[in-house]
This record gives sequence, C-alpha cells and structure tokens, in this order.
Amino acid sequence: MQPTREHLLWMYEKMIEIREYEETMAKVYLEGKLPPKIQKGLAFDIGAGPVPGEMHLAAGQEPVAVGVCAHLGNDDSVVGAHRSHHFAIAKGVPLDAMTAEMFGKDTGLGRGKGGHMHLFHVPTKFSCSGIVGASAPQACGAALAARKLGKDWVAIAFFGEGAANQGAFHEALNLAAVWKLPVVFVCEDNKYGISVEKSVSTSVASNAVRGAAYGMPGVLVERNDAVEVYAAAGAAIARARRGEGPTLIEVKTDRYFGHFQGDPETYRPKGESAALRQDDPIVRLGARLRAEGLIDDAQDRDLRLKASARVEAAFAFGRNSPYPDPQDALKHVFAD
Amino acid sequence: MQNNTKSGVRTLTMAQAIAEAIGQEMERDSSVFVMGEDIGKYGGIFSATTGLLDRFGPERIMETPISETAFMGAAVGAAAEGLRPIAELMFVDFFGVCFDQIYNHMAKNSYMSGGALKLPVVITTGIGGGYNDAAQHSQCLYASFAHMPGLKVVVPSNAYDAKGLMVQAIRDDNPVVFCYHKGIMGLSWMSYFEGSTNAVPEEAYAIPFGESRIVREGRDVTIVTLSQMVQKAAIAAEQLAQEGISVEVLDLRTIVPLDRAGVLASVAKTGRVLIADEDYLSFGLSGEIAALVAEHLDTIQLRAPVKRLAVPDVPIPFSRPLEQAVIPQVDAIADAVRALVRAEPIHQLQQGAQA
Ligand SMILES: Cc1ncc(C[n+]2csc(CCOP(=O)(O)OP(=O)(O)O)c2C)c(N)n1
Repeated sequence: MQPTREHLLWMYEKMIEIREYEETMAKVYLEGKLPPKIQKGLAFDIGAGPVPGEMHLAAGQEPVAVGVCAHLGNDDSVVGAHRSHHFAIAKGVPLDAMTAEMFGKDTGLGRGKGGHMHLFHVPTKFSCSGIVGASAPQACGAALAARKLGKDWVAIAFFGEGAANQGAFHEALNLAAVWKLPVVFVCEDNKYGISVEKSVSTSVASNAVRGAAYGMPGVLVERNDAVEVYAAAGAAIARARRGEGPTLIEVKTDRYFGHFQGDPETYRPKGESAALRQDDPIVRLGARLRAEGLIDDAQDRDLRLKASARVEAAFAFGRNSPYPDPQDALKHVFAD
Repeated sequence: MQNNTKSGVRTLTMAQAIAEAIGQEMERDSSVFVMGEDIGKYGGIFSATTGLLDRFGPERIMETPISETAFMGAAVGAAAEGLRPIAELMFVDFFGVCFDQIYNHMAKNSYMSGGALKLPVVITTGIGGGYNDAAQHSQCLYASFAHMPGLKVVVPSNAYDAKGLMVQAIRDDNPVVFCYHKGIMGLSWMSYFEGSTNAVPEEAYAIPFGESRIVREGRDVTIVTLSQMVQKAAIAAEQLAQEGISVEVLDLRTIVPLDRAGVLASVAKTGRVLIADEDYLSFGLSGEIAALVAEHLDTIQLRAPVKRLAVPDVPIPFSRPLEQAVIPQVDAIADAVRALVRAEPIHQLQQGAQA
C-alpha cells in the first residue's frame, strides 16, 4: 500500500512536529534539575523543575507513530505505553493540554493528575499507561466495543519489544485471535528495555513470528521508515476493518535518547545514538518528498517554522497555566 | 562511599548498604542469587544491586525479561528446591501483574504443605513518592502485603537498618517483602534525607525482625512511623523540641512481624500517639496501629484521641502541589503533633460526655 501525496506530507509534518516536541521537552525537562540550584551530592534532581517526574522521549521512533496513525480516524482507538508522546501527537491529541499535563497544570489533559506517562484524551480516544504490557488487553476491549456497537473502528496497541514478554501481551493476542477482534498490535523494537538488550530478554529475533503462535499474521518492518510502516499498518488496519481479525506488527526502530531523561546509558555502546541519527527517518522522507517534487526548500522551511511555533505555543501554555488547587487532589477518585 | 576514621565503619547510602548485604550473603551462601529487571549492568534502577554483576556474573545476577509473573513464580519454584532467590520487583506498583504468584503461592505454599515446604524468597521493591512520578509509580502498598498471611514485610528507614534487615531477610526461611523508599536510597538523581545515610559496619550483621527502634526519646507524644516518614518525623520532632514539645519517634522497621509491645510501651509512656504513614489511610497500617492501641486502653491512659496521618485514599497525583498535599510532609506531622498536645485530655472529654 503506497501512501497518498496527502499522507506523505502529513507524515513528514507530524514527524517534524514530534521531533521538535521531544527535543524541546529534553531541554525544558532539565530546567531546575541541575547544579548549582540543588543540594550537594546530587547530580540531578528528578523531582525539581517545571516538568518533574520521569520522562521517556520517543525521538527516533516517529515513523511508527505516523505510519500507523495516518490510517486512523477520530473514532479509532490508540492505547500507548510509557513512551507515548509520538503516538499522542500523531493521533491528534491537542498539544496545549498535553503539555500542560506534563507541567502538572490545571489546564492539562488530566488536570495535573496523570503526568507524562498517563495521558488520556477521550475525544480522540487516546490513552496510555506506565505499566509495561498493559496496552494490549485494553486495545482488545476497545476493539470488542467496536464490534458490539457495529462500527468499523479499529484499536491499536502500541508497546515495546520488552513488553512483548509480559503475560498480558500473550493473553491479549490469544483473546484477539479467538474473538477475531479488529485490533492491531504494534511492537516498537528499539533494541532495549531500559538497559536490557532484546537478545537477553526475548527468545526470538523478531516478535513478528509470535503471531503464528496465536493464529494471526505477523509482519516485520525491518527499517525505521514511515513509508514502510505505513504499508504494513495499512494492510493490517484494512484487514481489521473487514472483520478478518488482528495482526501483529513489529517495527525495528531507534531510540535516540536514553530510556528516561537522566539515564547514564552505561549499557549502550559509546556513540550509538549519534550513529543512529546518521540515518534519520525524517531526513530520508524529506529527501523523498523533494525528489518527488512534493515539497521545495522554502515549503520545507515554512513547515518546520510552523511546527516549532506550535510546539513553542504549547510549552508556553503549559508553563503559564495555573497549578490546580491542592484540594483538587481529593476530586475524581470516583465518577461524579 | 565516604571514608570514616573508625575502622570497619563507613558512611553508606541505603542503596550501598543493601547491595553490600546482598553481596556478603551471596559470598557466604552459594544458594543465594538475584533475579530482576535491569539489576545487571545497570545495577538496579534504584542501585540496590550495584557492582554485583561484576563480582558474581550473570548466572547469579540474572537479568530477566519484563515478565514478573514468570520470574516471581520462578522464585517460588527455585526456593522450593532449596535455593534462596532474591527477586526485584522494580516498583512495588507493578506487583499487580504478578500478585497471584506472590499471594496465592509464595505466601501460602508453606502453610498448605503443613510446614513441609520452605520458601526462602526475598522480594526487593522500590516504594514511595515525593518526586512526581504519579499514580502508577509512587505507592507504598506495604500494608497490602502485610494483609496477606505468609509474607514478612520489612521497610527500613536508614542504611544501617537496611543492611542488617537485608541480611536477616536473606537468612529467613520465609518469603520476605523488602520495601525500600526511593527517596532515602541516596540516589544521585533524587533529593533525599540526610539521616538515611549513616554509619554501617563492614562485616555482616543481622537485625531481628519485629523489633522497633526508638529513633528519638520523648515524653509528650509518640510518632509511630516507618520508612522515609521516619526522617520526616525526626525533622518535625526537632522543630517541635524548640517549642518545648518532646516527641518520641518510633521506627517500626518491620510491619510483619509487628513490634506491638514496643508500640504499646511508648504510647503508654507518652499518652499520645500520631501514626504517620505514606500508605493509604483506610484499611491499612495506621488503622492497625490505632486498633492495637484501642485494644489496650485498659492498661494505657491516653491523654488525647489517636491521630492518623496518611495518604487520604486517593491515588498519588502527578502535579507537584497535589502530590505535596496528599503525602504527609514535615509541616503536616508537626501540625498534627501540636494539635494532639493541645487536645482536651481524654478523661475530661469522657466526663463531659457523661455530664
Ligand atoms: C509491569 C512493569 N514492569 C516493569 C516496568 C518498568 N519499566 C518501565 S519501561 C521498561 C522497559 C520497557 O521496554 P520496552 O517495552 O521495550 O519499551 P521502550 O522503553 O523500549 O519503549 C521497564 C522495565 C513497568 N513500568 N511496568
């Protein structure tokens, strides 16, 4: 399945926006966390600064998000994991409220209750979780709902290659297959689960082969490339919409930053992430668009400026929004 | 590690003390081994296994897949064969994915075998909030384990205790859940409490379970507490001392077994008790201690009603002001103590009610 002109441009633009977002977050996240502002003996204070807590960035993994989400409408569901900004942006979660959430502000998606690992946006049917492996069963539920409601909606579960060793993942695949649910499982193989290499954690070289164990197609996308992900996802999503059941896709992708911000990355060969950036999927798609005459240098520059303006506005919104009232901590434990 | 003039005693962080205890026990007993996520090259996300891979190799420091059910179950199976596994559940919040192996098997198989089976497993796990990691990464939950018969539950507040309690945990023939609060591990990426890093002897020593420790003696109020809250209570007690209020801080150290006698003795002495807990308020540790005191009011004269300070039955919120509000802080502890001291004496209240 080849992308349309609109989809090519959309994927390119979204990848740029995601990258801009993650690079900006990497900078803002460090504010207030480093000496000399903090106490002695401390290299880094994870709880300080305007964006506290853990931070998992997805720079490098943009092709997975845009290649899949290009096929999705508003009514399709996406369930992500702990590293989910790229999916959220590609699914159309509003940037302002998403960023405000990470600043812990009252204007955030979850009014400051969730933070970066727990983004929920009901209108675009996006959610994610800090519990590794939790996305696959929940996507099954969304897919089940689509079928019960008689809709052609699909559900996407995104997760890492580390998560594919969770019991929840295997149970969900079996359930989806026996119930023929319209769900697509998309595994991002960025080679590491925190510090643990895939070869140490996973009994097979590619999770795609695990599809066979559950009676569903398993597809391996070998290149961190938006167009290749687009093709594989397009076929799987079409199959799901036709009522033919689930597909498992694994994409070999690259994580440019550490597992979390502040990760000393002692497990990674020196210079690995710099080397990965040499074959950047955004640069590659940009070159293709130019070669095909879909974009020229001026348009490219314009697109980048607009993306960074959107990101900058979102960060300004997050930064300048008010904190919730401490008393609000007691609200929303139960539905009103 | 800092050097100290006294030979054999250095100042260690809680993380260093735990890693040292595990290393010494592994040297002493070849049946001890460790399993968990990122415990190898990384040395544990909270540094509880730093340096052990280099010393013991990957057969005894075993990196696991993100498969908690599998490796918690494997710990049960290996322990049944006579090994002594230490299994790290990175954040206690993740126990939901593997709880069946823990509470239906690890905790009960000894009992159901009529005592024939021993399961010497140690689960190590990071607890606590305070750095904005939100609802799935900030819980304490130790009371949930304590609620299940068959699990011992250890929650140290400082490096010295952590080493002695870890040695004891590894030598114990029962499953032990060893909870360390991230905020007192002495990690270089999290602000922490000075008192949790302290002098630790080089040689291995064991601290028996079920013996609380009086961190600071006092006459007016007992604060019954544990884990990071001990450090907060100590700061509050210091502030209150300036105001002439004498606070006794009691560190429980283990909640299964629970030092009931120690709690009662201290409360009998001061006549007032505040339970400061970072776990949820309802149906938990604070209720247990309150009930313990209530059951002994025939022998204890309380000067004020029992007071509890804990997370007010909400998931831990992400946003800083919200998190600060729900997790008891030094100021809240001090305020609660002041309120206790100001409270009407209990017998007057009772007489008032009768009149
Ligand atoms: C049930 C559970 N176990 C462990 C963790 C800790 N943890 C968070 S992310 C992570 C690695 C996940 O690796 P992978 O699924 O490959 O995703 P990636 O981080 O590479 O995107 C681990 C072990 C968790 N959050 N939840």
